[in-house]
Amino acid sequence: MKKIIVIGGGVIGCSVARELCRYEAEVTVLERFNDVSSGTTKANSGIVHAGFDATTGTLKAKFNMLGNAMFDKLSKELDFPFKRNGAFVLCFDKEDLPSLRELYDRGVRNGVEDIFLLTPDEVHAIEPAITENIVGALYAKTSGIVSPYEMAIAYAENAAVNGCNFLLNKKVVGLEQKDGDWEVKTEDGSVYGADIVINCAGVHADEINNLVCDKKLTIIPRKGEYMLYDKTCGYLTSTTIFQMPSKMGKGILVAPTTHGNIITGPTAKDVDNKEDLYTTVDGLNEVYDKARKSVPSLNKKFVITQFSGIRAHCTEGDFVIGESDKKGFYNVAGIESPGLTSAPAIAVYVAEDIASMLELKKKKSFVSKRKAIPHFAMMSDSEREKLIKENPLYGKVICRCEVVTEGEIVDAINRPIGATTVDGVKRRTRAGMGRCQSGFCLERVMEILARELGIDFETVVKNESGKYIVYRKEKK
Amino acid sequence: MIKKNLVIIGGGPAGLAAAKSAYDSGERDIVILERENVLGGILNQCIHNGFGLHTFKEELTGPEYASRYIAEVEKRGIEYKLETTVLNVTDKKVVTAVNEKDGLLKYKAKAVIMACGCRERPRGGINVAGSRCAGIFSAGTAQKLINIDGYMPGKEVVILGSGDIGLIMARRMTFEGAKVKAVVELMPYSSGLNRNIVQCIKDFDIPLLFSHTVVDIKGEGRVSSVVIAKVDENLQPIMSTAQEIKCDTILLSIGLLPENELAKTASVELSPVTGGAVVDENMMTSVDGIFECGNVLHVHDLVDFVSMESEDAGRSAAEYIKRKGSPKRDYVAIKGEGGVRYVVPQYLSKSDKLDKLQLKMRVNNVYKDKRLTVLADGEEIYSRKKQIVTPGEMESVVLNADAIAKAQKADSITVTLKGE
Repeated sequence: MKKIIVIGGGVIGCSVARELCRYEAEVTVLERFNDVSSGTTKANSGIVHAGFDATTGTLKAKFNMLGNAMFDKLSKELDFPFKRNGAFVLCFDKEDLPSLRELYDRGVRNGVEDIFLLTPDEVHAIEPAITENIVGALYAKTSGIVSPYEMAIAYAENAAVNGCNFLLNKKVVGLEQKDGDWEVKTEDGSVYGADIVINCAGVHADEINNLVCDKKLTIIPRKGEYMLYDKTCGYLTSTTIFQMPSKMGKGILVAPTTHGNIITGPTAKDVDNKEDLYTTVDGLNEVYDKARKSVPSLNKKFVITQFSGIRAHCTEGDFVIGESDKKGFYNVAGIESPGLTSAPAIAVYVAEDIASMLELKKKKSFVSKRKAIPHFAMMSDSEREKLIKENPLYGKVICRCEVVTEGEIVDAINRPIGATTVDGVKRRTRAGMGRCQSGFCLERVMEILARELGIDFETVVKNESGKYIVYRKEKK
Repeated sequence: MIKKNLVIIGGGPAGLAAAKSAYDSGERDIVILERENVLGGILNQCIHNGFGLHTFKEELTGPEYASRYIAEVEKRGIEYKLETTVLNVTDKKVVTAVNEKDGLLKYKAKAVIMACGCRERPRGGINVAGSRCAGIFSAGTAQKLINIDGYMPGKEVVILGSGDIGLIMARRMTFEGAKVKAVVELMPYSSGLNRNIVQCIKDFDIPLLFSHTVVDIKGEGRVSSVVIAKVDENLQPIMSTAQEIKCDTILLSIGLLPENELAKTASVELSPVTGGAVVDENMMTSVDGIFECGNVLHVHDLVDFVSMESEDAGRSAAEYIKRKGSPKRDYVAIKGEGGVRYVVPQYLSKSDKLDKLQLKMRVNNVYKDKRLTVLADGEEIYSRKKQIVTPGEMESVVLNADAIAKAQKADSITVTLKGE
């Protein structure tokens, strides 16, 4: 059987792996962190873009349009949170109205449907929280919101069920081609052989490419800082609110999340270090001030957390997708916005491309559906009763703010590609994501992790392997 | 649907005292719903002493104080359910709860007492920039890890905020062999009790830095240092004063917030100042038959005062059930002014005959040599000299029957600080 190695377990790696699982091949994902969805995928705006931003004719525009159209069906099939909530682009200055018009025209050219130029009155009729200080806005009904890490995890779980092998804590450090086959070396000294290597390494995709290819790539880590508001602010807006884009990106947005919080951000600042996830005083101030330019009623008092993510900005200016100048080394690189939107379409394209390169046959046994962890908080009382009868652990609330039960946490740990860290549990169940930010449930989640994984309490980690949360008390 | 006269949400000090007092006022059909696996609430992790000086005239630890009230509840045979989380309360007093054994529980109550306590403000609430690595805990979480689970959150500690739990934890971490390098407080004064500053900080020579804040947290995977700086009069950091302190742990003690998510589901009116419900002198909220007491109503410094307030709420709820509701009443509002940040209760009924009325309040700054004064339509009905008042110490005044009668005739009652 043909062997395919996917480097990187973000939303791109996971979706590509899942689509490849439709074919008769041995698919392995190498991920450098201890969980999938640990890089750019875990910290971004979570927007499914309508498609008016990307320059017509680019891969960004093409895959944005194709990807956007896939979300309704895909989110049901893989059972992850998605909502088509519509988006505005606000214009604050009469001088910018021609640019807004250009954006509209580009949208039409790219094939975006249900796109409109609205007057301030029309805007406020739909979204009253938007500032009075606008001269007009673009409105795109097909824009959506998605939970990016849950989407990637859904892809990963479904891939795993279909035979994909996920190897975690495997940082790729070497690539070599021997007699037409590839050898992939990881930091721990392991070597994996493959017929094809697919580079989905996100912000590190340039380093992986540059290990073997003549044509070098450069990815500039572009940091974006965010502030997340309590669910009590969720009523403020049901649509995504952008400001006029600049050459650095789409600017600071205000949007609901699929779980009912309000997200604001991101900044766009090129940084030197690809792991630089620090938030900064200036960055957070910028997010706050600019978000309030769109929605003046936002109040700092209701912020529950801040975070930042790194975008993989490639100097090529467009997605880099396809076989490189080395046979059997395939790039899916420079996937910055609208990368999340494009992921489903990129994955299908890449899988089909590789299937034809390797002459792979379709697998008969492919299971396309995946069921999410039951979400107790969102259930009706009768659903809750039924679930508790089946498993009483769903009657034990662990995270009070998000109403997450022990049943959900145990499920998150014991599924394929299950959670092994506190943050892994958080991304899968929302335990610790609420207004107390794990003040009450941290220790209980740690206990459950220790019990289910059969490890000592003090070896449970928040996120990074080896970076412990507590120490054992020394006996005196 | 289970019919119940009185449902008490929370089995901590507030819920226990309310249950005891409701029982002693004649109510027998009571259930306490507690989400933890033992009664006693946060007291169980407060193993230091200093509890009960007012209530029992002796110094108890938190678990000891709790056990006395638990014993009273047990003695009376009051029903309680553990590991039971309340999911929803309606304004019709339908309480939905869940546990492993019973599944979903729906109570139709005649009266509900919310005694759900408070939670700690997380890092996100004050926008501290920097790394989001492991090693950053709220002080209460660290307290539970050490005192209940027996694990150390870290070895070299900086504490941000000088709330009581932060001060207590500075001492506790020191006892357990950790090095507390600094307690950093944004304000020029502590929000904790003076006795804790003396007994937990000064006695252990821990640096307490007022008018300082954390401007950056550094660490890859785990905290490795914090950067602190002085703040100016607008509380903005002065970056030229920044200094880096090596540490592996940061504890946050930056405020407690009444946990009123359930009150919101019942459409209870909340005060933007206290974060708790707006109540009358019976501790009844804007929703008829729903009462609040303890830290869910407003954050207290001493559990003794929580118990006292909750006993009032328990008694009122029992009365309410006995009278099959409350009579139609007119109210006069009670407001804080001139340095008084808030007063609880916020309303006084104009008609009910009362022998005494306790007003509880907090000030917004440190004041010296003032008179804590209650005015009814501008006329002084109570005044007491205070050498010093601070935001960290709750003040209270007790009005007698005469003063109450005057207050009830007034259109406005204000509590204020007057110069000597």
